[in-house]
Amino acid sequence: MHRRHALKAASAALALSGLLSLPALGADTIKVGVLHSLSGTMAISETVLKDTVLMAIDEINAKGGVLGKKLEPVVVDPASNWPLFAEKARQLISQDKVAAVFGCWTSVSRKSVLPVFEELNSLLFYPVQYEGEELSKNVFYTGAAPNQQAIPAVEYLMSKDGGSAKRFVLLGTDYVYPRTTNKILRAFLKSKGIAEADIMEDYTPFGHADYQSIIAKIKKFASEGKKTAVVSTINGDSNVPFYKELGNQGLKATDVPVVAFSVGEEELRGVDTKPLVGHLAAWNYFMSVKSPANTEFIKKWSDYAKAKGIAGHKDKPITNDPMEATYIGIHMWKAAVEKAKSTDTDKVIAAMAGQTFPAPGGFTSTMDKENHHLHKPVFIGEIKADGQFNVVWKTKGPVVADPWSDYIAENKGKLNVAEVKKK
Amino acid sequence: MPPIVRRRLVPALLCLLCLLCVRPALALTSEQAGRIAAGDSDERIAALNEVVATGDAALAPFVQALLDDTVKTAGGKAYIMRDGKAVEAAGGAAAVLPAEAEDAVNNNRMRRELESAIAVLKLVSPDRAVRARAIAELKDQVDEGKLGLIEQAEAAETDGELKAALNLLRAAVLISSTDPARRVAAAKALSGARSPATRSLLLEKLQAESEPSVKAAIQAALDSVQGQLAWGERLGVLFTGASLGSILLLVALGLAITYGLMGVINMAHGELMMIGAYATYVVQNLFRSQWPAAFEFYIAVAVPVSFLAAAAVGAVLERSVIRWLYGRPLETLLATWGISLVLQQAVRSIFGAQNVGVENPGWMSGGVQVLPNLVLPYNRLAIIGFAALVLAGMALVIARTRLGLFVRGVTQNRRMAACVGVDTARVDTLAFSLGAGIAGLAGCALSQVGNVGPDLGQGYIVDSFMVVVLGGVGQLAGTVVAALGLGVLNKLLEGWAGAVLAKIMVLVIIVVFIQKRPQGLFAVKGRSAEA
Repeated sequence: MHRRHALKAASAALALSGLLSLPALGADTIKVGVLHSLSGTMAISETVLKDTVLMAIDEINAKGGVLGKKLEPVVVDPASNWPLFAEKARQLISQDKVAAVFGCWTSVSRKSVLPVFEELNSLLFYPVQYEGEELSKNVFYTGAAPNQQAIPAVEYLMSKDGGSAKRFVLLGTDYVYPRTTNKILRAFLKSKGIAEADIMEDYTPFGHADYQSIIAKIKKFASEGKKTAVVSTINGDSNVPFYKELGNQGLKATDVPVVAFSVGEEELRGVDTKPLVGHLAAWNYFMSVKSPANTEFIKKWSDYAKAKGIAGHKDKPITNDPMEATYIGIHMWKAAVEKAKSTDTDKVIAAMAGQTFPAPGGFTSTMDKENHHLHKPVFIGEIKADGQFNVVWKTKGPVVADPWSDYIAENKGKLNVAEVKKK
Repeated sequence: MPPIVRRRLVPALLCLLCLLCVRPALALTSEQAGRIAAGDSDERIAALNEVVATGDAALAPFVQALLDDTVKTAGGKAYIMRDGKAVEAAGGAAAVLPAEAEDAVNNNRMRRELESAIAVLKLVSPDRAVRARAIAELKDQVDEGKLGLIEQAEAAETDGELKAALNLLRAAVLISSTDPARRVAAAKALSGARSPATRSLLLEKLQAESEPSVKAAIQAALDSVQGQLAWGERLGVLFTGASLGSILLLVALGLAITYGLMGVINMAHGELMMIGAYATYVVQNLFRSQWPAAFEFYIAVAVPVSFLAAAAVGAVLERSVIRWLYGRPLETLLATWGISLVLQQAVRSIFGAQNVGVENPGWMSGGVQVLPNLVLPYNRLAIIGFAALVLAGMALVIARTRLGLFVRGVTQNRRMAACVGVDTARVDTLAFSLGAGIAGLAGCALSQVGNVGPDLGQGYIVDSFMVVVLGGVGQLAGTVVAALGLGVLNKLLEGWAGAVLAKIMVLVIIVVFIQKRPQGLFAVKGRSAEA
């Protein structure tokens, strides 16, 4: 009897002390969550974004932090496991009490965490190009919407310089982003007079590594008449065997150009790019863009990578579009917090409207007042033999995002304004 | 003059003479070079075609320099960078590079035109191999502007095969001629071609054609070309099926021993493959840092190293965990599943959670073109050969060596073998190590075609069990047939229904097959099948 009492008392005391030891938000630091896959099929793309957040945090702390407090990163690894993303997000918000989360890459991970952020009213900064069809009050999308990446890329392919393509292969990984983007592109192509028979859609699962028959299919499709181009929305480490197979089978960019939306300098690191010269990617930033802001950004990153011994980057530092978007996002958040004089979600959301930041891409990045997206310019780059991109086309200035794409019939009448969910 | 020289030299001279009369043959001027190197794409291509039409040989090194990205432009003039020093593009005189000089940039369209310009200029090269390559390159990129040079080259050509190829090229241009009779002749000439580009061209012309006689000729040519191309496609499916089958065979062979012969359900089989792949990665790094000159041959060392590494881990696994669980399949399954998680995490801790880069040696990159629409990549050919070797080696060990004899004896009747004096414990360890070593070899092969990461094994464990169960336990032949059959089936379905559906359909087919015939394709007859 006594022992049981003692045990109960001891465990109660332990529990209480556990509760008390939870750090309160009003302490010396502001916590910031980092929700990127550090293992699994998406690690190839996402790990470097975690390091970008950490670098930006170091930079901000060196200048005195935010509202006089230092930023403290809380890094978790959801391991390319979509339900785990939601669990980790909940953990970050409820347990670690972070003020904002920087994370996600695949749209399925973002869709998994969206209900968590809306329920707990926290903030997510999402730095990757995506398919649109979403506008949550709790998310700031610093990556490109389809009209800032996909549509201009296809227009370029149809232009003379892009090869005057008249047939298209829409190849992607099987999840929401490629499927929705291809739906939008189909409607766009139809509006430009491309026939149904001239479009081929094909999907592969995450982690797929055997692209032989798909490339054979592409070759056959390309030989059935007019000039063909491939639009690739393959995500993750499947890109490495895809490009290897492209190179080995001799599918040259001058015959069938492949434009990718999720392949940047980082994904090409492990691939021999000599046979891939001329294949394309569409982003809002390339490492090869010449601007003083970019030179500074690349220098900051190389110094940071060397100092922290980041694998791969310490010898060959590489920057890419999602890194730039992450960097812009965290600086805009900092400015919004300082403007609102608080880390409270609704106040920060209000202060984010109209924020500007000098982007490494060489222009001023502006957060739209209403639609939670950035105004971004579009660059189309061709792969060079050294794995960098040659910018062959760009928009004259930043393009306003259109998340509710005009090419999807169901979007008629939808405004590009973040909805406030009624409680 | 000897007759052969006369045959070649005289027509060539005549053509050159005609050119001289028609147009003054200028050497590449600095103004032309400047116009080709920079400016609007349309204008650059027009300037390029202008100079190509003169057939000036001095153009070739300049165009090659443009393709190699060694040209800079400034103030309407072009400079070629050689060994860090600038020379003028026209004339080759050394020059001082102006401060504001920029790199000449080429997009896909420009690059295509430059490549076809070079090919056209090479058509009259004295070296046969160079001419053959030039003709092959031009197959996809002929247009009216090149007709004159093609006819010239055809007239001057002495080699019969190349002459026929040039004839086809000419026909490809003439199919757009304004004269219907010439179009019919061109269509007939094209029916002998076997390249996908010809089919593309014929389809396009069929749509645009209005003359019925020409239309009929084009249709006939199209049918003939499509018939020939279909062979390429069939062989392509067979090859991709064989390639996938060879990979499945490699991953399943090790399991055929441990599960098929010994009855051990080894869920850590995928991780043994992963260990082989990481061993290859370590050997690659070693070669890169210590013996970079011999990098091309790191595979030769990586193969035995991955075998031994995986075999060693397998031996430890058998001695420590599996030997206590013989005859208890559920416990073995659970225990090996736990071991697989331990191995994955161990690799994550040592090498990091991300994929590691394993580079193909140079001789494994690229492919060989056997038909105009069939390219066989070298790395896949190498893996098919490697799988055949491993299979032969394993069959030899099982059938001809003492170890193989003991393994077969122990698995058929353990007690009897023990009675006769076989050290069953030692044989078990050796057999398990053999299976694990082969898994290591599979990992080495996988590192050449796919990504190497801690979860490499997870992607193949299901496939390996599928092959072994389908093929029938206890029989190597079953594993081989099942692996190749599944490979070809998968690729056939993939071409038809896409990768995701193909995978689903293959699994459904196996499930249905196993229902009807649980012992698999090649079952071992007799009571000892169920141990």
